[in-house]
Amino acid sequence: MNLPTRMSSQRPGPGPGIVINAVALRLQAHAVFDGLSLTLSGGEYHCVLGRSGVGKTSLLNLIAGSVVPDSGEVTNDQGGSLGGQVAYMFQDDGLLPWLTVLNNVQMGVRLRGERSRATEERALHLLSSVGLDDWAGALPGTLSGGMRQRVALARTLVEQCPVILMDEPFSKLDAITREELQVLACDLLKDKTVVMVTHDPSEALRIAHTIVVMHSGSSAGLSEFRLPSEPFRARDHKDVLSLQSELWSVLSSNCLDSKVPV
Amino acid sequence: MTLRFDDNGSLAWIKSIVLIAAVVIIVWHVLVVITGVPAFVFPPPTAVALTLVNKAVYLLEHSMITTVEIVCGLLIGSALGVLSALLLVSYERSRRWAMPLMVMTQSLPVFALAPLLTLWFGYGMSSKIIMAVLIIYFPVVAASFDGLRHTPNEMLNLARSMRASKWAIIWHIRLPAAMPSMASGVRVATSVAPIGAVVGEWVGSSHGLGYVMLNANGRMQTDLMFAALLCLCVIAALLYGLVNRLLDRCLYWQKDSAISV
Repeated sequence: MNLPTRMSSQRPGPGPGIVINAVALRLQAHAVFDGLSLTLSGGEYHCVLGRSGVGKTSLLNLIAGSVVPDSGEVTNDQGGSLGGQVAYMFQDDGLLPWLTVLNNVQMGVRLRGERSRATEERALHLLSSVGLDDWAGALPGTLSGGMRQRVALARTLVEQCPVILMDEPFSKLDAITREELQVLACDLLKDKTVVMVTHDPSEALRIAHTIVVMHSGSSAGLSEFRLPSEPFRARDHKDVLSLQSELWSVLSSNCLDSKVPV
Repeated sequence: MTLRFDDNGSLAWIKSIVLIAAVVIIVWHVLVVITGVPAFVFPPPTAVALTLVNKAVYLLEHSMITTVEIVCGLLIGSALGVLSALLLVSYERSRRWAMPLMVMTQSLPVFALAPLLTLWFGYGMSSKIIMAVLIIYFPVVAASFDGLRHTPNEMLNLARSMRASKWAIIWHIRLPAAMPSMASGVRVATSVAPIGAVVGEWVGSSHGLGYVMLNANGRMQTDLMFAALLCLCVIAALLYGLVNRLLDRCLYWQKDSAISV
């Protein structure tokens, strides 16, 4: 078990693309998705915006495979399965208060009984890249909200999955801490395929390669935006400024016309 | 006033016990003097103190027996309770069938079972330990099961997203997350376990504080009965303090919010 883990850590390569093909999903007699098709390119940061209840979290669950569609399929861009390649980061950090920070980062390998010297080294390395090397032995109860979310980020990365799903990971943080974490995430998640649900349009504009606005669970209810520059963008970057008003008007319109800017 | 169980905790615990005892003794003495009841009905503290000294060896011997019964009952009952709760949370079928059974058996008074247990397991310690186990089993199961059921959702979602097996989730997430509830169950158990042991001794025994009390009562040795009761109180209080401290150690990640008045 030791050797393959080590070897896979030396394979950075960009994450796979995600292809959602004509997916229909009903949850408790409520049609969440109906003929939803969406392609998310590999190795890029995608933000999903939309009103509450439109199915953003269901979209993440669909990609993660924890929800199975009634029809249609979700694959990588080679047509293969995404199983086991996906790591999740939630709004709640979910840190286990009885484990040290270092052991929390290794939560996945502990749960699967794969803990080893190598995973511990990897966890320590990631802790230092999120700036918490001095806190490895601390209990989560002693950390601030921002530090907790950094631990959660390290814990997500230690899984070495090429696809990262994030459900409003920074929404509980204050503005300054949030920006610090956005910069950190942008840096550490480079080359991974990231799908992040957010309620904050300006966060999406600064951090994403593409922005998907969901109005409903069908392809007609989606509008996609592509930002030409590389993230992370300054608050007054020209792409941020030029797209801002358009994104807002799309977000606030209930029924949208078919001209979808890509 | 704050009551804490850190390094000075056990000292503080003993201090408060001594203080409470002092107040009780004074009130008791005044009461006896004022009412003038005969000593065989309500002996003054001096008579009880004298008996405590005169019969120290006798009382200590029987106290030891009762303590062993209580501690064994507590250990076995808590272990069985936690294991049963784990079983309940692990298998849906066990919830459907075992839970009603447990509630039903719980409605039988342990006191009524005591003669049967003595008949089956004899006059020795084992029937008393079983009584203590029976009396604490349900509180521990209920508290543990409650804790195991109410694991925070964010922890479970995260664990599932990491492809953890059901058993890994129970062992690594549900069990530790339930430990504070389990500790409450064990605390309740610690305070009721002496009842089980003493009731067992009342029904039929040749050793233990329950036996001493029953014997003394029959011979109108009320002072000895009071002395035995006092021993039982001290055992219960010391045991509770010890268990409480141990549990706080186990729950090292829980910070005490100071209870201040």
